[in-house]
Amino acid sequence: MADEDGGDRSPRRIFRAGLRAGSPYALANAAVSLTFGVLARDAGFSALGAIVMSAVVFAGSAQFAAVGVIAQGGGIPAAVGAASLVHSRFLPMGIAIAPSLRGGPLRRAAEGQAVVDASWAMANQGDGRFDRMFLFGATAVQYVCWVAGTAVGALAGTAFDPKRFGLDAVVPAFFLALLVAELRDRRTRVVAATGGLTALALLPFTPPGVPVLVAATAALVGLRPHRRDPA
Amino acid sequence: MNATLWWLVGATALMSALMKAIGPMALGGRELPAWFERVVRLFAPALLAALVVTQVFAVRGGHLGLGANAAGVAAAGVVFLRGGSVLVGVVIAVLVTAGLRLVT
Repeated sequence: MADEDGGDRSPRRIFRAGLRAGSPYALANAAVSLTFGVLARDAGFSALGAIVMSAVVFAGSAQFAAVGVIAQGGGIPAAVGAASLVHSRFLPMGIAIAPSLRGGPLRRAAEGQAVVDASWAMANQGDGRFDRMFLFGATAVQYVCWVAGTAVGALAGTAFDPKRFGLDAVVPAFFLALLVAELRDRRTRVVAATGGLTALALLPFTPPGVPVLVAATAALVGLRPHRRDPA
Repeated sequence: MNATLWWLVGATALMSALMKAIGPMALGGRELPAWFERVVRLFAPALLAALVVTQVFAVRGGHLGLGANAAGVAAAGVVFLRGGSVLVGVVIAVLVTAGLRLVT
């Protein structure tokens, strides 16, 4: 998809191609982040706090994980721990894209902040290289819509009861969408089932946030080499 | 908003930036141990399943219970398994949950 701009490969054209390609995801992001704004207010955030969080974190799964733990009565360490583990998928994504970024370590670290799921996938040129200008364009439009959607939700947040309008289904549905995309083979399905059942078993007996963190240990099955199996 | 939540915003932002910076800054072009990459990749399914479960099930009086949002999330799951978009699934989840609350 990063090659869709045909023969003209000027950085500006590629950036604009990224903007266009990222637009559908940006609209979806705006709807999801609007809900984040509402739920963050419900969890005790001010409108400014919710907007700042979207502006400086810019990661739906991490933000929902952190606010979800807080909303259930969990503490800051559990909330940040859950957000970190969910966010850890950006480690291998950042490593993969590193050779395609420019400049010294600090500049590459700054450019790496543009990595978000959809942009990373679209900027992949399929030969181990990524088109960084395309990545920047696709992420820029998503960033603007993410923060704008949060602002709308956060400012409207106290005007209505999120549960009455079914908004408490948004976060688990959003996580379920990410989960379904992760279920590539038998191993990921087994790990997901183990994580889910572990959390369910601990839920009545442990403080909020703990079931999610303990469930992460299901990933340690990855210490064993992967035996190829049919999906 | 209390100071604790501002700490949460700051800590989550720092963690998020570090996760995205480590690869480009320090590990670019370097091979990671295979076991490390396998474990990191498996964090996502384990945690996402746990997050769905803890958001859908509620504990009341020491017993697990399901709310209307469980039906909404299940409907969204059908959408996702059939290849539907995130937005469509989330909208279906909201409509089913709100509809059930309206009639019960």
